[in-house]
Amino acid sequence: MEISITQYKRCDVVKVEGRIDSASAPQLHEEFNKLLEDNHFHIVFNMTDVSFISSAGLRVLISTQKNCKRFNRGELVLANVPENIKAALDLAGFTALFKIFDSEVAAVGHF
Amino acid sequence: MKTLTFPGRYSSLVKIGEFVTQAAKSIGFDGFELYKIETAVDEACSNIIEHAYGQENIGDIEISVVTDLDKITITLTDFGEPFDPQYVKQPNLDADLQDRDDHGLGIYMMKQWMDVVNFDTLKDKNVLTLVKYLKD
Repeated sequence: MEISITQYKRCDVVKVEGRIDSASAPQLHEEFNKLLEDNHFHIVFNMTDVSFISSAGLRVLISTQKNCKRFNRGELVLANVPENIKAALDLAGFTALFKIFDSEVAAVGHF
Repeated sequence: MKTLTFPGRYSSLVKIGEFVTQAAKSIGFDGFELYKIETAVDEACSNIIEHAYGQENIGDIEISVVTDLDKITITLTDFGEPFDPQYVKQPNLDADLQDRDDHGLGIYMMKQWMDVVNFDTLKDKNVLTLVKYLKD
């Protein structure tokens, strides 16, 4: 799993390439936590190159969303979600908890 | 029947996924149906490492795959603590963000996406059987 982070004026874009499973989820959690520790609470997660996400990855998203939304200070939104992964998010009841955008530009524009 | 044994650690998950999806592909599973199988097996193995063994590198996971014309049967065996999924709480999928519980999601996904999910706790091992039928 490869993680890249791009900082914009109003938000950060996190992009992952590969699988998010029990082996790689802790690394993603750490990257999100670094952003939160730096008081960056407006985050776009571009999932276009995510090939697989397990419940370990879903737990990272929930935990990060809880942290971002605390005190109304921000939000984690998702962009470019592949079909299989969208189905996993639906199954887990996540589509009510995250805004999902069709493009990174639209997601960045949300902030 | 093909059987492979993998060390019980999270870095085995990629190879386990490849082993099972290769077999599933060989009888015609593809796309989202293949993704469902990969997810179920990944969740099953993560649970074995986390719950039956308690941590990584304690024991092995033995995986057997049987392919028929219309279905794949995957059997996962571990030699850890007895694991009874009826004690795992159901996730509340309608809960608000703050009340969302983190656990139980893996077993829920397995049950939703496979046709048969059967846990057997034997004398010295846990045997989980997953079956998925090919839809025509």
